[in-house]
Amino acid sequence: MARYDRAITVFSPDGHLFQVEYALEAVRKGNAAVGVRGTDIVVLGVEKKSTAKLQDSRSVKKIVSLDDHVALVCAGLKADARVLVNKARIECQSYRLTVEDPVTVEYITRYIAGLQQKYTQSGGVRPFGLSTLIVGFDPHLGVPALYQTDPSGAFSAWKANATGRNSNSMREFLEKNYKETSGQETVKLAIRALLEVVESGGKNIEVAVMTKDQGLRQLEESEIDAIVAEIEAEKAAAEAAKKGPPKDS
Amino acid sequence: MKFDTSGLESTASVFGTAGSELVDGFSAAPAFELPTTTDVSFSFVCYALRFVWEGKSQNCLWVEFDFAFWFQFDGFQKEAVQMVKPAKGTTTLAFIFKDGVIVAADSRASMGGYISSQSVKKIIEINPYMLGTMAGGAADCQFWHRNLGIKVPENNQALMAKPSLPLSLIDALSTACKIAWQSQCRLHELTNKRRISVTGASKLLANILFSYRGMGLSVGTMIAGWDETGPGLYYVDSEGGRLKGTRFSVGSGSPYAYGVLDSGYRADMSIEEAAELGRRAIYHATFRDGASGGVASVYYVGPDGWKKLSGDDVSELHYKYYPVVSTEAPEPDRMVEA
Repeated sequence: MARYDRAITVFSPDGHLFQVEYALEAVRKGNAAVGVRGTDIVVLGVEKKSTAKLQDSRSVKKIVSLDDHVALVCAGLKADARVLVNKARIECQSYRLTVEDPVTVEYITRYIAGLQQKYTQSGGVRPFGLSTLIVGFDPHLGVPALYQTDPSGAFSAWKANATGRNSNSMREFLEKNYKETSGQETVKLAIRALLEVVESGGKNIEVAVMTKDQGLRQLEESEIDAIVAEIEAEKAAAEAAKKGPPKDS
Repeated sequence: MKFDTSGLESTASVFGTAGSELVDGFSAAPAFELPTTTDVSFSFVCYALRFVWEGKSQNCLWVEFDFAFWFQFDGFQKEAVQMVKPAKGTTTLAFIFKDGVIVAADSRASMGGYISSQSVKKIIEINPYMLGTMAGGAADCQFWHRNLGIKVPENNQALMAKPSLPLSLIDALSTACKIAWQSQCRLHELTNKRRISVTGASKLLANILFSYRGMGLSVGTMIAGWDETGPGLYYVDSEGGRLKGTRFSVGSGSPYAYGVLDSGYRADMSIEEAAELGRRAIYHATFRDGASGGVASVYYVGPDGWKKLSGDDVSELHYKYYPVVSTEAPEPDRMVEA
């Protein structure tokens, strides 16, 4: 099989594109990221590796906006992410110029996925080593949406999803605990999923919410800490209730 | 970092940049491609036109196959555009009222003083909820034919034959624009799984017409439709202009139509009243303007799409608006036999 992973344009005998699968490996080593869609809000959360003392943390925002009503988070190679985000931003504006309408989330997801696919079918280039979670609101209908793309160029819509490190555990948690939520409940669900795999605390998580009217808003560290505290309190209360009233000894 | 402006420039010149998209990330062309217009036959069109316009006063024939030349506005193009401007022999109108949009047009095509057709369809059905009107275009080519014919010396048979070449190409070009535009609208619908907005459709057409700017197209069109934001009406012309508005009339009969339309318009009309206003405005324009006539078609565009309301022959409408009133003529004095 080693002969079939040099140029990505070549299939292996059993139908694998090894470069694409290796790219997925790179994604699995990236930061944990989660996205949840509520009825009137979408939430993105991502693990924040502790910044070095001398590093300016403001320059490492992981949740970026593509337009006023669309935002994205990537897991994988950060440099590839920058290139992809730039192209997507240009496409958002180009679409606005041509039809005088903002893009739909599905359109820009399809564009990004198309771009990722193009790089799996050309000579001399390697695939983008990242998966993205794209959230936003439909500009006319106001409906929230969450999409995921991966290095192969496939994309699909989700109610909640996770990518990056330990994404399987996060996804399992979401599958067990997902229900239609709105507002703060959605934020809590996203943070709870992230806390399954990330050290607790506002220092280690970056969370952003998007609503139809207010666009994208990054939550402050203090806000995140407050919500984390709430979650821990709820967890403790649930544990205590499970254990039952203390037995008389 | 060079900002990519390839989407903003007119694409009337050729590029083969598809291959470089991958290598240089920042010069990728936007997903919406504008049509290219470097058909070799256009250079011949321009050559033929130029020869006929200016060659007559020169003794020599010169060959201009220079593409770049045609995008500069020298005296020839200004003259040409001026000649063509008043020639949109037609009347079309459209206006928005509380229940939607009314679109009305006549159906006459004229070649100077000759009426070449009384049954031209000037209202195009783009899709079930959007209509476009085309003033100029094919009908206008006839004007070119007349003018070129006059300027050509009578005794030169070879030159007499030439005018049909530019005329048919301009006709083909405006038809090509229409087809390209309808295809782009349909493609948008298929890829995005939702209908294109009136704003978007008018922008696509304006971009197509802009890329052919200066090549002799003379088209004034109105896009009327109902989309997610409600009723929409845009005016787009071959100069590349695009206006959003609530009331437009285009063509040689438009001054007359505007008179009736502006004085009778109320935003709260019912559909029947609005249709009647449109019909009356077209009728009055056909009455006074020789280049408009035939059948006055009236369409209504509402939340469920467009519907043709009427198509009345204007000569019959005449009797409706000016019924024959028998006047009592005084009895002539009879010659009595003496």
